[in-house]
Amino acid sequence: MLQIKDLCFSVKNGRKTRKILDNLNLSVKPGELIIITGPNGSGKSTLAKLLAGIEQPTSGQILLDDTDITDRNITERAKLGIAYAFQQPVHFKGVTVQDLLQIAATGQETFLEDTTGTDYGKILETIGLNPETYLPREINSSLSGGELKRIEIASILARKASLTIFDEPEAGIDIWSFDKLVGVFKRLKKQNPSASYIIISHQKRLIEIADRIVVLKDGQIATEGSAAKIIPKLEGLL
Amino acid sequence: MKTLDEIEKSLFETVANVSEPPKGAYNFRLNGKSIGRQSSKNIDVQPQENGLIIKIAPKTNDEVVHIPVVISMSGHKETVVNDFYIGEDADVTIVAGCGIYNCGADDSIHNGVHSFHIGKNAKVRYIEKHYGAGPGAGKILNPVSEFYLEEGAYAEAELEQIRGVDSTDRVTKAELKDNAKILIREKMLTQGRQYAKSHIETLLIGKDTTADIVSRSVATDESRQEFTLHIEGDNLCRGHSECDAILQDNGSVIATPSLDAKHVDAQLIHEAAIGKIAGEQLNKLMTLGLTQNQAESQIINGFLK
Repeated sequence: MLQIKDLCFSVKNGRKTRKILDNLNLSVKPGELIIITGPNGSGKSTLAKLLAGIEQPTSGQILLDDTDITDRNITERAKLGIAYAFQQPVHFKGVTVQDLLQIAATGQETFLEDTTGTDYGKILETIGLNPETYLPREINSSLSGGELKRIEIASILARKASLTIFDEPEAGIDIWSFDKLVGVFKRLKKQNPSASYIIISHQKRLIEIADRIVVLKDGQIATEGSAAKIIPKLEGLL
Repeated sequence: MKTLDEIEKSLFETVANVSEPPKGAYNFRLNGKSIGRQSSKNIDVQPQENGLIIKIAPKTNDEVVHIPVVISMSGHKETVVNDFYIGEDADVTIVAGCGIYNCGADDSIHNGVHSFHIGKNAKVRYIEKHYGAGPGAGKILNPVSEFYLEEGAYAEAELEQIRGVDSTDRVTKAELKDNAKILIREKMLTQGRQYAKSHIETLLIGKDTTADIVSRSVATDESRQEFTLHIEGDNLCRGHSECDAILQDNGSVIATPSLDAKHVDAQLIHEAAIGKIAGEQLNKLMTLGLTQNQAESQIINGFLK
């Protein structure tokens, strides 16, 4: 279970300090899939980076299964079971898709039933990429944004994490792949009932599969609740 | 062949993946002398003043010739001239490379001058690895490689400076006739106060010629690297050169590209990127459970793979 307590994050801009997250409190239960949505600049991606350990909060606490992980670094959090899919996937000259999946695989267990940590081809097929073509490819600018995004998601599927954060997984993905992506999230949830998921998204079809929707605005939770309760209100809120 | 000690064996292994005489044609050179030489039916290896003449018969297919060099005697200095004549329609691999172990007070120097005369429609893969080890004075390697490609010929050169070379001044030149193509892949790692200079010059003389040159390097500690990559297009041709370098500590790199298009249908491109490892790259690998040091090694090993 993830608990976020009074989380604040500020950045200095010259003499002024700007609050990105303002006393945020949120819990995510095992098995729960929550969607975080909200306008640009509301603090969604910052929250994701704070959870992965890429940024450090100004104040507040993050607890994972009752352990305070606020001061733990990125590596330690990854080892404790936090996975994070980047909004903008990173390029690596010389690192192939297979290399990345090899690093990502934590062992035999993956997020996918009937797929072991070394079934890299099967993992790629799940997100609609041909293994023969893509496993030897370097993760560089010769890949399109959509391809990079799917490889990023594959690197998450190769692990078995207890908390997975996806930052706008739909960005750059075409409609056909988007259907597959929605299917992947449904499958993850069904096959890993004790894992939790935080998905940052603006997509209605992803929002519809959430157990709970959290709407951020100006670094605070504007409202939260079930899809049925929140979706009708979203237009007025954003 | 002379019995090799453990250091010599490991140097031959590192630079040419062989410590025993391989099948086919070869010449093993140790401290200025040939310690084993063999020709094959299609590949003739003969001595010449300060080096070898290697003649590869036309249509020789799928054969490898090994010509590694090791210097284990401190202070040994040599210039070796090897000339290769590759017959038409041949398809061969040439494995060179030089390893120096220096435990003494004097510099050890190997200047390897290679020329490749590649016949019509022949294909050559040339692999050259350089490596230095030992606590002694300079391990210095100055290679010159010249490729002359006839019509339809193809050459692929993998030039790698693994580590431990204190000073290098590399010159690589290529001249291509109609429909010829060359790929050059240079990789270099420098450490400590090492200095490396590399000049790659490609002349696309013929019609429909292609050159693709990629130089990747890592400069760490106080080391310095200088690259000049030049492509001249005299005809309908495609030329691409790319110079990528990763800096660590106080390492420094200067990359100077030049493109000389002398024909309206010459398409020449140069790309260069120098900088430290991007923080995002480290972050991504750390979110997969690697420590910062492991992530840095992974990125550098991949980059120089």
